[in-house]
Amino acid sequence: MPDQTKVVDKQGLERILTRISHEILEKNKGSENLVLMGMRTRGEFLAVRISKIIKQIDKAELPLGILDVTLYRDDFRTSLKQPMVSVSNITFDINGKDVILIDDVLYTGRTVRSALNALMDFGRPSSIQLSILVDRGHRELPIRADYVGKNIPTSTNQEVKVKMEEIDGEDGIYLIDLNKK
Amino acid sequence: MPLSSRHLLGLQNVPKEDIQLILETANTFREVLERPIKKVPTLQGKTIVNLFYENSTRTRISFELAEKRLSSDTINFSLSTSSVKKGESLKDTIKNIEAMKIDMIIIRHAAAGTPLYLTKICNANIINAGDGIHEHPTQALLDMYSLRERFGKLDGLKVCIVGDISHSRVALSNIFGLKTMGAKVSVCGPSTMIPRFIEKLGIDVIYDIDKAIKENDVLNVLRIQLERNAGGLFPSLREYAKYFGITRERLDKHNKDITILHPGPINRGVEISSEVADGGNQIILHQVTNGVAVRMAVLYLLGTLN
Amino acid sequence: MNIILKDINLFNPVNNIDMKNTSVLLKDGVIAKIGNIEKKEFEEAEVYELNGKYVLPGFVDMHVHLREPGREDEETIVTGCNAAANGGFTEIACMPNTTPAIDSAEIINFIKKNSANHLVNVYPIAAATLGRNGEVLSPMAELSEAGAVGFSDDGAAIKTASLLRKVLEYSKMYDLPVIEHCEDESMADGAMNEGYNSTLLGLPGLPSVSEDLIVSRDILMAEYTGGKMHIAHISTKKSVELVREAKQKGIKVTAEVTPHHFALTDDALKTYDTNFKMNPPLRTAEDVNAMIEGLKDGTIDCIVTDHAPHSIEEKEEEFQYAPNGIIGLETAIGLTLSELFHKKILNLKEIVEKLAINPRKILNIPIPQFVIGETANFTILDPDAVWTVDISKFKSKSRNSPFDKKLLNGKSVGVINNKQMFFNDKFISI
Repeated sequence: MPDQTKVVDKQGLERILTRISHEILEKNKGSENLVLMGMRTRGEFLAVRISKIIKQIDKAELPLGILDVTLYRDDFRTSLKQPMVSVSNITFDINGKDVILIDDVLYTGRTVRSALNALMDFGRPSSIQLSILVDRGHRELPIRADYVGKNIPTSTNQEVKVKMEEIDGEDGIYLIDLNKK
Repeated sequence: MPLSSRHLLGLQNVPKEDIQLILETANTFREVLERPIKKVPTLQGKTIVNLFYENSTRTRISFELAEKRLSSDTINFSLSTSSVKKGESLKDTIKNIEAMKIDMIIIRHAAAGTPLYLTKICNANIINAGDGIHEHPTQALLDMYSLRERFGKLDGLKVCIVGDISHSRVALSNIFGLKTMGAKVSVCGPSTMIPRFIEKLGIDVIYDIDKAIKENDVLNVLRIQLERNAGGLFPSLREYAKYFGITRERLDKHNKDITILHPGPINRGVEISSEVADGGNQIILHQVTNGVAVRMAVLYLLGTLN
Repeated sequence: MNIILKDINLFNPVNNIDMKNTSVLLKDGVIAKIGNIEKKEFEEAEVYELNGKYVLPGFVDMHVHLREPGREDEETIVTGCNAAANGGFTEIACMPNTTPAIDSAEIINFIKKNSANHLVNVYPIAAATLGRNGEVLSPMAELSEAGAVGFSDDGAAIKTASLLRKVLEYSKMYDLPVIEHCEDESMADGAMNEGYNSTLLGLPGLPSVSEDLIVSRDILMAEYTGGKMHIAHISTKKSVELVREAKQKGIKVTAEVTPHHFALTDDALKTYDTNFKMNPPLRTAEDVNAMIEGLKDGTIDCIVTDHAPHSIEEKEEEFQYAPNGIIGLETAIGLTLSELFHKKILNLKEIVEKLAINPRKILNIPIPQFVIGETANFTILDPDAVWTVDISKFKSKSRNSPFDKKLLNGKSVGVINNKQMFFNDKFISI
């Protein structure tokens, strides 16, 4: 059983999301041209929460899309397991919009790279801004987040796990040591 | 859990989990077909050969689009039926193609068992696009996908396949696939076109089209092959159309909202009237769209296997 | 030279010869002494210690396709005879579907010339119609005079009833059998037995009724004309019933069956392996049981191979387009003993009748009597030998057999005929 430490609790998570929502509105001077894009799986729920908070603050109902990037991964040839695909759901036009791409953990940056390629196939956004709950370091590609919930430096035999009530039954961010028995 | 085989030769003995995986995966690709850029990079760098020994524009185009939309490189070989006497043997053709370092072969051939033979002589993934009167698995898969789209499930669905069952690979693959997924399958057609012992597969045989309409939720209407009439299996197209053709009058008689499928190409006025072919019960064009998505799913699941 | 076959069981049902633990002395290939061989004679002879093996009248395969003239790449008269000897046969009858067909005395003479010096005797079966084309009679008198032992259009049935009638009537004059490949021409467009398996495999079927129809026709015609009808490679339950009834009525009809038709069913075709493709096709378990019953009660007179060599590239074609037929000379005895003798369906006497006596009766060729002064014509059999088929070691030029690597129980260890012996894989003059 790997060793896990809770580094952020439910309240902490809510405060982070509130702050990020404010930052998004501040940087973009309002919500007028924004669309939210959650990356499966937990990014989707984060996006929904952020959208609710923005609605409270700005009274704006932002278009919300869900992006599945499996088909754009770069590890088909090297990975041992065949990844399960899921369905994207983007029902609006992203041309000329400022897309806020939302995900839970930023690690090597490869998933975000896939997401950028996927988004480009849907249209030509005016900008793509990355909002991340946890940045755990160890980038392998030149990718950086515009909005960061928490910086948690990690080593490669650690893992950061974000749990959300919607699918995990609780809210929290955990740091896990993989090698400990 | 990936597919249990690295080929798709037919649906006989394909486990339920595999069929489910293909149908689920097809959802992803169905969504891709709605995007402005209907292309994903997933099979980039893969070379896929469409080896069609039998004439078929629609199946080949459907596969070709599926392949291109997955960003693979496609090559088309259209050949007349091979025989040692007429030219290069099948084995030599395959070996030569394989030597060009290809990854997958989509094969359509008039002789049953040819896709299986290919798995023995080369290393590429083999997908059967129709072998003689044996199987046409991707057609049955897209039929099942379309039914699932319409009804939400296949288990318990009452499906009747209508037409020249004894010469139909679409019928046989549908029988195997639908039975695996728990549907209740029957066949309907003139007795000269129903193969002996077909009941052994666990299906009912109906000779009366009205009974077929009454008892089923779905009719999968097969194309009557005009060439077959010469074989004398039925007296004339007129007779076939009169006693087995699906017309508006016939459907209205039963006042039933039955769903009509057809693998295409349609012989208007023979097995299906123009009115029905263009009407509200049929989902024929959905089948065509879904066909590309289902084929993309099959190519994806086989092409990304390690 | 003198040779002695030592410690053998000599068996020949024709003269009720059943001698255990005896020995036979041959002088220049002729039977000189049976039993009571003196010590001095042992010293002056080449002695073969056979340790209880059986010496039987040489086996005959009356349905073999030698591909010469025409397809010498598949088999020649000599390689076919070599395969026969290796398989345990001393005599074979060859079918006329060569190119050109055996429809003239010249071709018969050609075959005789090419087999003249071989241990194995070759008896040509001539075409019933010129070129086997089903239009006019072949020169049957001339063919019979040249040495034909029967008439057949094998590969197909004789095309029309009126032709069949003429062939049967004409052949009566020479007391030669008409050998029929029973299949209705209009239902011959298939690749395997029509049934559940053909539906599952998506292959066009050859219905069993196609054979039954022509067997029925041929029996009626044999009855009407009084000629001798021999049903080639019988394969359906109904055909066996028809032959049984006909024999009971005294009609001159006989029948033969191949080992693959009593050892295999159409289940074997699930892999689309063309080595299971032949005509008549493999049928159902019900039919196989009828073959076995037919052998037991004498309805089926003899066992033949229908040895049909085909080149590798032809058998590597798509199943539906590949030619029909498998080789069989070198596996027939093993299959017969494994499936019939060791399963206690036929005893040794019955096996010898099916393989050595009845074919000779049908073709009117001399039956070895095992008497002093007779040129020895023997098959040396080890019924208990357990061996694995290795087609790479076959003497036949072709390799289209489904029995590679099969374990069989019983085999011929040598043959003697025409003052020659084939033993330990070598032909020697004796």
